[in-house]
Amino acid sequence: MSAAVVSSAEDLAALRRSVRAFLADAVPEAEVRRLAETRTGFDPAVWARLAGELGLTGLVVPEEFGGSGAGFAALGVVLEEAGRALLPAPLFSTVVLGVHALLLSGDVAAQADHLPEIAAGRLRVAVGGLGTGPRARAIAGTRGWLLEGTVDGVLDGATADLLLVFADAEGGAGLFAVPSSAAGLSRTPLRTLDLTRRQARVELHATPAALVGAVGDGGRVSAALLDRALAALAAESVGGAQRVLEMAVEYAGTRYQFGRAIGSFQAVKHRCADMLIDVERMRVAAEAALGAVDAAAPDLPVAARVAASFCGEAYFAAAASGIQVHGGIGFTWEHPAHLYYRRAKSAELLFGSPAEHREALLRQLGH
Amino acid sequence: MATDESLDAFRHRVRAWFAEHVALTGGASDGESTDAVDVARRFQGALFDAGLAGLTWPVEYGGQGLTTAHQLAFNEEAEPYVVPTMPLLIGLGMCAPTLQELGTQAQRDRHLARMLRGDEVWCQLFSEPGAGSDVASLRTRAVRDGDDWVVNGQKVWTSGAQYSDFGLLLARTNPDVPKHLGLTMFVLDMRAPGVTIRPLRQITGGSGFNEVFLDDVHVPGDAVVGDVDRGWQAAVTTLMNERVSIGAGGGGLGRRLGGGEFAALAELAGRRGGLADPVLRQSLASVFVEERLLELLSQRIRADVKAGRTPGPQGSVAKLAGAQLARHAAEVGLELIGTAGTAWDPGDRDAERWTQALLGAPGNSIAGGTPEIMKNILGERVLGLPREPAVDRDVPFRELRVGGGRS
Repeated sequence: MSAAVVSSAEDLAALRRSVRAFLADAVPEAEVRRLAETRTGFDPAVWARLAGELGLTGLVVPEEFGGSGAGFAALGVVLEEAGRALLPAPLFSTVVLGVHALLLSGDVAAQADHLPEIAAGRLRVAVGGLGTGPRARAIAGTRGWLLEGTVDGVLDGATADLLLVFADAEGGAGLFAVPSSAAGLSRTPLRTLDLTRRQARVELHATPAALVGAVGDGGRVSAALLDRALAALAAESVGGAQRVLEMAVEYAGTRYQFGRAIGSFQAVKHRCADMLIDVERMRVAAEAALGAVDAAAPDLPVAARVAASFCGEAYFAAAASGIQVHGGIGFTWEHPAHLYYRRAKSAELLFGSPAEHREALLRQLGH
Repeated sequence: MATDESLDAFRHRVRAWFAEHVALTGGASDGESTDAVDVARRFQGALFDAGLAGLTWPVEYGGQGLTTAHQLAFNEEAEPYVVPTMPLLIGLGMCAPTLQELGTQAQRDRHLARMLRGDEVWCQLFSEPGAGSDVASLRTRAVRDGDDWVVNGQKVWTSGAQYSDFGLLLARTNPDVPKHLGLTMFVLDMRAPGVTIRPLRQITGGSGFNEVFLDDVHVPGDAVVGDVDRGWQAAVTTLMNERVSIGAGGGGLGRRLGGGEFAALAELAGRRGGLADPVLRQSLASVFVEERLLELLSQRIRADVKAGRTPGPQGSVAKLAGAQLARHAAEVGLELIGTAGTAWDPGDRDAERWTQALLGAPGNSIAGGTPEIMKNILGERVLGLPREPAVDRDVPFRELRVGGGRS
């Protein structure tokens, strides 16, 4: 698997089967819950197996840097399965954000430094400053760049080995690399709505950093990275919503009240059908965005915002509906429904709200 | 005639044909006027003469015996044109496949080639005032009279009855058995004595449908399609073909799902100053998203058909999403127009367009399967949820309460 370029429908189906089987075995719900209570939130042993056995950290890393050189179609399949299982691991941060920040930067030296390490599973990367929050400043010092400021909501920022931070310098925005051992770096885990994905506040005080790419190019890189992040997050959300639908249908078919399976009541059946309608639409939206990345389509920013605005709201609606179908058991801590409910709302807001995505969409369309 | 022709060569032949016959395309396609029928007949006749009609039909019925890939290539080539065959679609897409599957040899010989040439226009007479979603509860009676049958009853929502030559009629032949077991399908001559057709005026003011009254209509015994009392199975065959013909993109109908509502609304908003309003901007963007998702769904359906896969639930999803989009777009349009959408000069095309869209929206949602029925189908057949307990399953039809309301 890890050596081959994944492209055909059969390859993708095989990839899906192997990831699903692995996650069912290695990270079942009980393990997801256990990890949610730990300090770091993920299991390094599982991470090593994801990288080694499955080759997932190198999936989209070009072959020249030790990866499989797969595209977003394959990445989407993996993320869908990760979203389905609520995999608590720094996969999204490292493989979607980290790898693509490096690739988009065009900085071959930085790529050669970091991508083989990522592919080998030895380097976890977090990216900061992608959203709309406060950003760090980059100051050119006598011995290189220094970063100053606070960046919030950095996915897996507390446990990453390397931070890639978009910061504003005098000549424009740039992308900067900060190793976790850098001086003046402090990282504080935040309380998160989503118990299965960690976020941190990153504070930088005269922190030495290496410029990746060029100053002035950060805006382009972060916009292109955001499109890819939105497409990837949409795929992950499809997996979660599909699982939520399956749980609701299973429950509605086996839970009896008033002498009937509750799923035979139209009020419940139609709720499930509405979830199916949304999941099917999420799926085509996500696939179109992933496809636009792979095709380098000029339409990508539009496809990404369509997917982000729709999938964000639809996943949360499905998660809420799923709890409703389950009734009382649905809002207990012991039932997994709330894990998806948390994930869904968090995903909806992670890179901007649906309303912000719609506004950006309209501007993309020239209005 | 084209069995040895490559798909590429076929595509070029279709392209050349359209280029040459562009004058036959376009025009009215609302399916309401008899003009539209003449246009459709002329187009279909020319298509038949060129060996381009009935692409996937067997050769023995006048078809071309080609593959679905040929049909899709044809559809793609037809895309830039307004193909005016709407009045023929029920016949070609639903009635003809039913005859191919269940008709007698005499019925096939008599009708199929004529339908394909556009010489015979057909309609479908299933729904009744008392039998809408539950069409198997219909009350039109067919009673034996020697070898023949005498039919009495009323049909409704019959598209194209006013210009059809024949129709597939579903009638009750045995009221003493449960509702699905006592129905029979017939070929009905629409010009037979006792057939009265009245246009049914809709809330838009238009009349795309008819009521058909059947008073002592004599139907010959050889007009039975399939077997006596097995009409429900025949009707299912007809309705399955409706889905296939819609799912395949209308069989050359040439109309995309989602007809540019966003572009029209954005243009309207630009002219009327709605683009500065953040709330309207959200609505506009939502229409774009809904429209894009509908396009993607129909692409998926076409790809499934092309690859020979059984279409998934996307057809039902697209139907529901299409109706939702139509209504949403109309509401956004009227919000942009504002109070002027309540009273306008006869020449105000904005107000005309979006009030018509608003008035057409409920029909969009109900025709071809209500959301309630579609969601039952999705819930039961796709998700596998248990059926509602049926109170009418084992009850003889004559003991059932049916219809009612204001029918």
